[in-house]
Amino acid sequence: MAEILVLVEQVDGEIKKVTLELLTLARSLGEPSAVWAGPGYTDTAKARLSEYGAEKIYVADSADIADHLVAPKAELLASLVGGRSPAAVLVASTTEGKEVAGRLAIKTDSGVITDAVGVAEGFVAEQPVFGGGVIVHSKVAKGTPIIAVRPNSTQPVAVAGAGAEEKVDVALSDAARGARVVERVKEKSSSRPELTEAAIVVSGGRGVGADFSIIEQLADSLGAAVGASRAVTDSGWYPHEFQVGQTGKTVAPQLYIAAGISGAIQHRAGMQTAKTIVVINKDGQAPIWEIADFGVVGDLHKVLPQLIDEITKRK
Amino acid sequence: MNIVVCVKQVPDTATERKLRSDDNTIDRSANGVINELCEYAVEDALKLKEAHGGEVTVLTMGPDQATDAIRKALAMGADKAVHLSDEALHGSDALSTSYALSQALKKIGFDVVILGSESTDARTGMLAAMLAERLGVPQLTLASKIEVSGSAISIHRQTDYGYDKVEATLPAVVSVVEKPDPFKPRYPSFKGIMAAKKKPIEKLGIADAEIDPAQIGLAAAWSVVADFTPAPPRGKGVVVNDEGDGGTKAAEFLVSKKFI
Repeated sequence: MAEILVLVEQVDGEIKKVTLELLTLARSLGEPSAVWAGPGYTDTAKARLSEYGAEKIYVADSADIADHLVAPKAELLASLVGGRSPAAVLVASTTEGKEVAGRLAIKTDSGVITDAVGVAEGFVAEQPVFGGGVIVHSKVAKGTPIIAVRPNSTQPVAVAGAGAEEKVDVALSDAARGARVVERVKEKSSSRPELTEAAIVVSGGRGVGADFSIIEQLADSLGAAVGASRAVTDSGWYPHEFQVGQTGKTVAPQLYIAAGISGAIQHRAGMQTAKTIVVINKDGQAPIWEIADFGVVGDLHKVLPQLIDEITKRK
Repeated sequence: MNIVVCVKQVPDTATERKLRSDDNTIDRSANGVINELCEYAVEDALKLKEAHGGEVTVLTMGPDQATDAIRKALAMGADKAVHLSDEALHGSDALSTSYALSQALKKIGFDVVILGSESTDARTGMLAAMLAERLGVPQLTLASKIEVSGSAISIHRQTDYGYDKVEATLPAVVSVVEKPDPFKPRYPSFKGIMAAKKKPIEKLGIADAEIDPAQIGLAAAWSVVADFTPAPPRGKGVVVNDEGDGGTKAAEFLVSKKFI
């Protein structure tokens, strides 16, 4: 079976859910090999990757990789593509994953596809474009297909793989050491799931006001991530990295709750592929209703506390 | 400091955007506007010039009508522009585009290249990283803050948990994210708009930038769109008015869908 490289996404050694999704997807296309880049590799990581089907695990755990931006990961993958001739490379379609994919494409003279939500036989990728309004099927025409797949596109399923470890030593070029990460600043310590990975997202808009605690409470009662509309991040009510929309994050959760969000086309472009959409808004004519599966026309400051109570009661 | 800011003309996100049925490329015939994140790039370029002196050159690649995006950037305060335009560039994918722009950038010369972190049309978010790769210079992407001191440059790179502080030595490629007030892009003044009409726009063809025609355009594309269809419409939803029980009704819906 053809080897499929999967770049592992991890934070401080903890493997992100999207990696398990990619391994699951890779199993439908060939034999998955996980590629670990940076420090933090442990037996727990090995067990997790094997559990989801990694036949091989390439481990490049030098600190040098994490201490320089993006380029080292592309060099590592390029050396594996050169040496192992995999059938394809899958990365997560995150901001960094896409940057790695772009650099890798140049290094290996290969085509690259981003924001895929599915990959079928022959590496035909499905991509929603223009904010989900159009579905495109595309294919790499040259080199090794490099495909960035969006989080939440595949349901991760555990099927054990051999998990054979192989140490990889990469001699990074000077060019790959150009941008040095000197400090990582964690502004929000939160136990909430990450926005693009979360199964449930609770988003607030202008109607919420500057105090976002009601949105955070609802999110926490559901184990959800918090999102925000551009009106909110523009006003500085909530940090920009939580913005959902055309110029922010694209999310495709199982459930998206939009509270106090009117649903400008630019916001819908970031969330309308969510499976189920629930709207709470006092304006019954707002454009967000066009895509609501269920909604309450009312004041969110009355509806949400009651909803949180009901959720807490039923737990 | 020699600052080059790359801008892109894109179909207006407030209108219905389409792919062309003849060659599956983006229909750029109508409603073109400057990509929103490019305005942030122009703003940051102007701020760097204000702080460190030098010149801001706008670079765009695109058909004739992309001149609108150039004029906007010039009206905001950029000094001059280079418009890379050639029939042969039509249908270029990210690999071709990064190649063509890197050739133009080599010709123009730069201390820093600034871009928006992604365009609203293709949204690949790869171009800045690809330019850094092609030009062999550091990649400082997703910047919410830029600081330059002599030949040292550092940025705050936006992450899911906050930001990374990243340092490099110029020349470098920088991409920027959206920011809240008071860091929003300036509006062109009337004077700026009038002045922009007199600022020079140099037209660059592929031969001028020593671009290999075999590496660009639809025929050279490393990836191709096989087909496209409109997304199926969403079904009609259930809407209730809050009569004191809106939260309970919402909870019941979530239970019925097994979210609680």
